[in-house]
Amino acid sequence: MPLELTDQARQAGQRLHHFHGGLHLRHHKKISCEIPLENAPLPTRFYVPLLQQYGKEAEVTVTAGQKILKGEEIGCYSHLGSGCVHAPSSGIVKAVARRPISHPSGTDGWCVVLEPDGLDEWKELEGVTDWINADPALLRQKIRNSGIVGLGGAVFPTAYKADDASSRGIHTLILNGAECEPYISCDEMLMREQPDSIVLGARILQRAVGAARTVIAIEDQMGAVHRALKQSVERAGDDSIDIVRITTIYPEGGEKQLIQVLTGLEVPSGGKPSDLGLLCQNVATASAVAQAVVEGKPLIERIVTVTGNGVRQPRNLVARIGTPVSDLVEQCGGYAKDVARLVLGGPMMGYALNSDSNPVIKAANCILALTEFDIQPPQAEMPCIRCGECARVCPAVLLPQQLDWLIRNEQWDDAADCGLADCIECGCCDFVCPSHIPLVEWFRFGKSELRKLKTERKQAEAAKSRYEAREARLLRTKEARRQQIREKKQALGNEAEKQKKLAEAISRAGQDKNARRDKNE
Amino acid sequence: MLAAILSITVLGGLFGLGLGWAAGRFRVESDPVVDQIEAVLPQTQCGQCNYPGCRPYAEAIASAEAGINQCPPGGETVIAVLADLLGTEPMPLNADNGEAKPKAVALIDEQVCIGCTLCIQACPVDAILGTSKLMHTVIESECTGCDLCLPPCPVDCIDMVVRNPDIDDWRWSKPLPSLSPDEMLSAVPI
Repeated sequence: MPLELTDQARQAGQRLHHFHGGLHLRHHKKISCEIPLENAPLPTRFYVPLLQQYGKEAEVTVTAGQKILKGEEIGCYSHLGSGCVHAPSSGIVKAVARRPISHPSGTDGWCVVLEPDGLDEWKELEGVTDWINADPALLRQKIRNSGIVGLGGAVFPTAYKADDASSRGIHTLILNGAECEPYISCDEMLMREQPDSIVLGARILQRAVGAARTVIAIEDQMGAVHRALKQSVERAGDDSIDIVRITTIYPEGGEKQLIQVLTGLEVPSGGKPSDLGLLCQNVATASAVAQAVVEGKPLIERIVTVTGNGVRQPRNLVARIGTPVSDLVEQCGGYAKDVARLVLGGPMMGYALNSDSNPVIKAANCILALTEFDIQPPQAEMPCIRCGECARVCPAVLLPQQLDWLIRNEQWDDAADCGLADCIECGCCDFVCPSHIPLVEWFRFGKSELRKLKTERKQAEAAKSRYEAREARLLRTKEARRQQIREKKQALGNEAEKQKKLAEAISRAGQDKNARRDKNE
Repeated sequence: MLAAILSITVLGGLFGLGLGWAAGRFRVESDPVVDQIEAVLPQTQCGQCNYPGCRPYAEAIASAEAGINQCPPGGETVIAVLADLLGTEPMPLNADNGEAKPKAVALIDEQVCIGCTLCIQACPVDAILGTSKLMHTVIESECTGCDLCLPPCPVDCIDMVVRNPDIDDWRWSKPLPSLSPDEMLSAVPI
């Protein structure tokens, strides 16, 4: 990276910049911030999905009938050694079964069904109290074993990001507290009520990845949060942590958008923030890191915003992973009478749940209950009038109308060239489209087709190289055989000698035969 | 008149020499069209096209010896891409070469396998492991599903199984257009 870019990235947060497009949205956050945080009660049954992070399901490590303690591992990735799933409470494993798992596909996945015994007894916890002097590798190991994933919603394993960051060398840690989706307020509540945990997590992460400073980015309208964090930083007496208030324009909380606001630099297409010497983590992730490292507690709970016009008392709850959504709604006074749909995530980027018996997962930052009025059937899709509104609001500076056209015509390579993979599915283009074209639906479809095409091409490439290697090998062995025969022939010498040797061999064979006959007789 | 004929002849000669030199200097070893065609083919190496592999089939297509519709694993998609590449009309898959089916991988019944190594020799991508008189097994990730190991097996212990899609393979489905293009047009107030 050129030196001037490094310098600019180093000054993250000292001058604020803009990203392209974006929208001013109504926030609806206040309604869920009025009641203080509270723990959700233990459900009668936990259904802990083994798919909790980006990628494949974890392998189950418990069997039905087994008694386990809170925080013990129930699923892991043996080949990765990270992203493990832990028991949310102590109790008995009732079954390992396929159940609905809160996934956009709406399909079933493997879940550990756990019946809590009510004792809520922790396993033996091993914290690193002296983290200030601890080996950074040990801190990262602790993060890896605690099943911590990005709690902003992308659920990318934190250990991966931390390892990548420390191996490539980063200078600034960015903590993302700019929760830009309307309705979601879980990070805001966390920052207000447990700022010390976040600041501690920031300092630990900073040490674990070798960053020199931390920037905590929050929205400019979070006054209480700013005060709380500022006091917490003062208490910690750490002058390497800055708190920056940024303008509230959706989606300023997207990783790439936030980095652009703070540094004025764009993360290259297909690249990572570590290309600019930055590491971006959600504030809730930092808090989870603090608990994992200092207290040794794995990630078994998270803050969930239960909100929307469909619940009687919107609020934030600390919910264990695997708690059925219906239990949380009950804690919020139950459903309003005209509730029509449950959405996991925010109104812009979330997806509908098919049942309220679905469990809370690590990605569940918000349960949004919508009423009949909220989900009025979308207006009929009209032809694109090429107004360009979508391109004006696109924070990734793409041309949504062009992409839409390419995807509908299945021109995958062209769509990839036009940056389809850079789409963050924020929904801005959808929101402003006067023709009500479901652009994001098309982009999601196009992106998964692109991914499929990519794997197919990779497989074809591998098959081709294996085929060529085999052909070359066959040719080699054939050549080697020919060479052998040629050498043997040469060893026999000219025609006369060959005849002589032949005669000798025949007489030798005859003698052997006679000898055998004599012996038998 | 003579000057015109002479100058054209000289020019023609010069250009000819230039082209002849350039042909040698900028020689392309392999036919780029063959490479392009080969990149489109699925590399199953199954031989269903009546050629011993994807490369020979690509060469046959390039020399107009074979049609573009002889690749069952590629199916309609490959035919469409090839037609686009070669500027011809897409045509339906030639039924003589077989029919398109979902991708499967070979699975050896390890109880029945006698360890004869015949399937290992038949596998075009070296995806089968084992040695004589010992059990064989298929490396699932490398198997292209070409079916070539099935005929040589003397005890019929190989099955082609379609892999169950797991959640990682899940893809967003194609959005349904709420109205057809004609309906859309008629819905626009004029």
